[in-house]
Formats: sequence, C-alpha cells, structure tokens
Amino acid sequence: MSRRRMGLALAAASFAWGLAAGVAHATDISFWTWRQEDKAAYNELFADFTKENPDIHVKFESFPDENYPTIVSTALAAGKGGDVIHTHAYGWLEQFVKAGYFEPQDLTTVPSLANQPADALVAGTYRADKKVYSLPFASQTLGLFINKDVFAKAGLTPPTTWDEFITVSKALKDKGIYPLANGMGTSWFNEMFVAIFTNPFLGQDFVSDLTSGKTTFKDPRYVAALGKLLELRDYMPPGFEGIDYDTAGQLFISGKAAMLAGGSFDITTYRSQNPAINMDFVAPPMAKAGDTPEVTKFFDGGYAVNAKSANKEAALKLVNWMGTKEFGDKFSALLGNISPIKGVVIKDELLAHVAKLNETAMPHINVVYFRFEKPTGSELLQGDITKMMSGSITPDQLAADLTDGLAKWYKPFQGK
Amino acid sequence: MNIGRRHTTKAFPWRRSLWIASLLTPALVVMVLFVLWPLLSAFRLAFYEFNGLQPTGFIGFENFRKVLFEQPYSGWTYNALKHNIIAFVALMVFENGTAFLLAYSLLKALPGHRIHQVIVFLPVVLSAVIVGFLWKLFLHPLFGLVNQTLALVGIGAVPWLGNESTALGSVLFANIWHWLGFPTLVLLAGMQRISKEAIEAARLDGAGDYVLMTRIIWPLIAPSITIVTILTFIGSFNWFEIPYVMAGLTGSPGGATDVLGLYFYRTAFGSTTTGIQDFGQGSALAVMMFIIVAGVTAIALRYLRRREIEL
Repeated sequence: MSRRRMGLALAAASFAWGLAAGVAHATDISFWTWRQEDKAAYNELFADFTKENPDIHVKFESFPDENYPTIVSTALAAGKGGDVIHTHAYGWLEQFVKAGYFEPQDLTTVPSLANQPADALVAGTYRADKKVYSLPFASQTLGLFINKDVFAKAGLTPPTTWDEFITVSKALKDKGIYPLANGMGTSWFNEMFVAIFTNPFLGQDFVSDLTSGKTTFKDPRYVAALGKLLELRDYMPPGFEGIDYDTAGQLFISGKAAMLAGGSFDITTYRSQNPAINMDFVAPPMAKAGDTPEVTKFFDGGYAVNAKSANKEAALKLVNWMGTKEFGDKFSALLGNISPIKGVVIKDELLAHVAKLNETAMPHINVVYFRFEKPTGSELLQGDITKMMSGSITPDQLAADLTDGLAKWYKPFQGK
Repeated sequence: MNIGRRHTTKAFPWRRSLWIASLLTPALVVMVLFVLWPLLSAFRLAFYEFNGLQPTGFIGFENFRKVLFEQPYSGWTYNALKHNIIAFVALMVFENGTAFLLAYSLLKALPGHRIHQVIVFLPVVLSAVIVGFLWKLFLHPLFGLVNQTLALVGIGAVPWLGNESTALGSVLFANIWHWLGFPTLVLLAGMQRISKEAIEAARLDGAGDYVLMTRIIWPLIAPSITIVTILTFIGSFNWFEIPYVMAGLTGSPGGATDVLGLYFYRTAFGSTTTGIQDFGQGSALAVMMFIIVAGVTAIALRYLRRREIEL
C-alpha cells in the first residue's frame, strides 16, 4: 500500500470513527404522552429540535388516554418512565410532584418559563412549594360554536345576551332546527357545560369570593346560575338526557343544530369532519347587555421532566425549547391548539379570535380549584348535574352536595 | 417395563413426589405470582393509605370506614351495591326464567328448534364490549333502531340511557340479550339428562307442560340450577364491561348505572378527567366485593347442594 493510499485509509477510518463516536454520544430521550393522534405533528416538531440540537433525538411514545394515569404512575413508581412526560394539570400533576417524581423547573434550567403568563404557570405549579414542575402546553377555551350558515338560512343573528339566546332559540325551534346541540350523555363534558353557561352569571368577583373562603357554592349567585341551566332544556334535542358529546358534535356540523356549547380543542376536529362548515366560536350569552363577554379557560397540562431520568439535561433542554415562541408558533399551526406562550402568532383566523376571547376569560372553577383531593369537584358535579337537569334534585341540593363534599378537604368550606 | 417403573416408584417414593412436584411447579408459580400474590397485596393495600405513588402508611380499617360510613363515599357504595343486587334479582327472574322456558321449548324439539338454539346462543360468543356498543347504538335517543321503531307508532325520542328510571333496565336488557344463551344451554343440558321414561311416565299419568316443568323437570335439574344461580350471582357482582361501555365509568346518569366494579375501578385508578388515584380505598372496595361474592357463594352452594340431596 502506497503512503498516499495508507493516508487515505487512515483518514477514512478516522472519519468513520468520528461518525461512530457521534452516534454513540447522541442522546436518545423519550417523550410520553396520551395524545396518540398528535404523533405526526410532534415528530415534525422534534425533528426541528434535533436540527438545533443534533446530539439529542426524541422518541415519541404514546399510550391510551384512559390508561395513561395508571401507566405513568406505575412506571414512575418503578423508577422508569419517559424522560419528558406530558402531564395533565392541577390535581393530576400535584400527586406526582408530591411523590417526588418530577424535576422542578426554574429560570436557570428552563429560561423559557419567562414566556408563560401567570395563569398558565399556575396549572404547572405545586401549591406547597410554589415551584413549577410542568411547562404549560396549551390553553383550552370553552364557549359557544355557531353554525353561521344555519343562522343565515334562518335569517337570525347569533345571540349575545341570555334573553337574546332564548328568543333566538325559540325562533330556531319553530323552524325545526335544534337550537342547542348538547345533551347530558357525557359526564366529563357535562362539567364543561355547567362552566360555559354559569360563568357569565358568576363573574370574577364570585371566583375571588370562593377562593378566599368568603362564600361557598351555596351562594345564591351560584344557585341562580344553576337555575338558568334548567331553561336550556327546552332548546336541546329531544331525549337530550341521553345524547352524548360526540352526537352533539355531529348534530352541529351537519347543520341540524345551530349552536353547540363546546371547546376550542374541537375546532380542528369539526373542520376535518366537515371541511365545508362555516362556523364561529363566540362567548356564551352574557347575563345582560353591556357585560364583559366571558368564555371559560383552563390549561390542559404541560411538559414535565422525570426526576429519575438518566438524561435530565437533555430533557430540560427539550422542555425549554417547548416553551419558545418558535415551538409555540408551529405547535399552534400544526395542532390547532392555543399555545399560552407570549407573542405566539396564530395564523388561523378562528383560533386567533379564540385567543382574543381568552383575554377576558373566566377560569374553569371546578378544574382549576377543586380537583386537588378526593372527592373532587368533578366527581361531585358530574354525578349531580344530570340529576338536576332531569329534575330529580334542585339547584340548591346540587350546590349543597358540592359544598359539603368539597368540605372534606377544602378548609374554607368547612363548617359552612 | 411397567414392573420396573412400579418397582422404582415403590423403592423411591420421593422420586414420585418429585415428579409430581415438577409437574405442578410451573402452574403453582403462575398461580402464586399472578393470583395469590395480587390477591394478598389487595388485602394488604386495603389497610394502607396509598395512591400508587407515595410510600404507604398503615391506617387500619380507615378505608373500610370511609366507604361504608362516610359521605359521600358511603352513599356511592350503597348506591352501587343496590344496583348489583337489583342486577342479580333481575337476571335471576328475567334471564334465568326465560332461559328455563327456552330450554324446555328446545327440549321438546319444536319445529325449527335448531335455528332457535343458534339464535339464542349466538350473542354469547360476542365480546361484552361489542354488545355494549351495539346496544348503545340501538338505544340512541335520536338515531337508534329502538327509537326509530317507536317513532313509527308516534312515540318520541326516549333517552333510554339518559333517564334515571330507564338506564339500569336498558343496561340489564343488553346483558340479558348477551348472556341468555348460556343459562339456556346449561339448563337444557340438565333437562337432557332426565330419563325419557320419567317424562313419559308423567305424561301417561296426565301431566301437562306446567306440571311437567314444575313437578318433574325443575326438581330433577337442581344441580344445573345451582350452577346457574351461583354463576349469575358472581356475574352480577363482577359486572363491569357492559355498564362501562353503555353508560360510562361514572355510572351516568347521576349514578343510576353505577355498580361496585365501576366504583372500585374509578376509586383505585381515577378517571381520566379527575385523575386522583386511591389504591387503598379501591382495594377496600375490592376486598368487600371479594368477601360478598365468596361468602354468599359459599352459603348458597351449601344451601343449594343440600336442596339437591333432599330433592
């Protein structure tokens, strides 16, 4: 072998070694989620991350939604689990943090936390030490879907106040259109339904009175707001007690119903099911003209780092990147979710409108404040609301059950 | 060869024991690992405060006290228990009662009885989840087959699964439709074992169908009735899939379809929307279910076996 050839061979060997070393030093981290349907979008996002961080490769691993809490808790308790874990918010997150399974995040490890608004951070904060453990990923807005074509055809204008809502609903019903598509057949959504229509009657003052312990759910304002829900029964489809949220969605997108109390998380779904739909998403009816339009908002969850991860540094790097505007812009565009990151540009007109509504939104009271211990407000409300809507209990009874149940762990309600 | 083996076994009895033990070991290991150990763990967990995440703390009978005597848990427990009992009674009367009549008609080999037998037994081979989905669709207030049919005679949309007074009955109906073939087959097998002479003798003595069924067949198929009763009891207390698929994990509407299996699952593993897990309280419910099922089954077996002998 000539010297030149030997030199070339050595150079090639060194290059190959360098490549091999590069592969050997690359860090593979896993991202665990229940959002199986978002795989393509996340893989695209993770590819962008790897472009910026060639040493880190992210593997998307998803699990069935209904088993996700059990899978995550079993894995974490065994010292395993993904490096970055997609978490639900509030009480769900808190039980894991309490057990020490997630790494705290601060501005030194996750500088992009600075891009998050305060109410979003609450969703990922552990109440006991006030530290953030999960970077919020999306806000969810609850309001009223409007089928604009149905309204145009009926010669009606979508309502803004409660009185208008009743008048318009009567007119729609007379024309053989279901005014409101919703039924009471889906427990988790029933809780959302209550929040959507009661929040405009409650207002921010009620929230602060409730959280400061000045009042309870037995408050006449809450009982009266519940009473308003009973008026809706006349404008829901026949047999509404047994109509689930999926059917309601079908009634709405097919034009059989004019309005649907729903969540911004379904905008993409409805569009994919009926690309021709001409819809709007507005604030639910206000108590009276001149009030501030109030949608309901909560944060669905966030991204946490497994405290036992062998690749904590890489995992924190990924989470930090998921808090940047670059991520938020693309995340919103790909998934039709509203990123809470400040300055994110939402190109979709309807989603941008929802983001605007968020500026005056009310928190989802039950989800944000009463899902931390058992019995949760959700368990109590979901059980009672169908009874109230079918007339077997009164709003007063529901309010009392909710207050007394929560008093088991929520000190401000004790003895009231 | 045989003699040699016998000789070996006699000379070395421990070898025979070793041989049996080696055959039993794999099954025993599986039993201990996957049945006994989880069962004992569930019993142990029932006395601990444990959410599946943090170290446990022994709290004695606290979990039992909560599910039996502390609102709102106790209210949920008794509501679910009540529905299990209703399910047992309804299944005994409607499912097994119908099964008895069907078995008798099949025994008489009326024209078309083979097709009849296939039709009755066919749903049994379906998965409970599929049956649940099927009946959920059939009972849909707006688009379901049942309501579409009722609409033809002017009856409006009935929210079968959304109304507190009809929800449990609807779920039970689906369950009966699913399982009817099973007790029918067991009872038919019992009837087929009765000697033809006994039936013919009764016929000659002038016994009609009613007398034949109540005086001859009913007592003579006592072992089959014991099996059907015990299995119905166990089934109605372990009831889960069909109520879960048709009415959801929370037993909607307003707990009208809640049963102990759903309540136990919700408590232990948390629901998707609430997510708070409580393995301790869930285990207490599971232990209670175990005690009820094992206790009542033992008592019922004793009573029913005695009845078989007396008959």
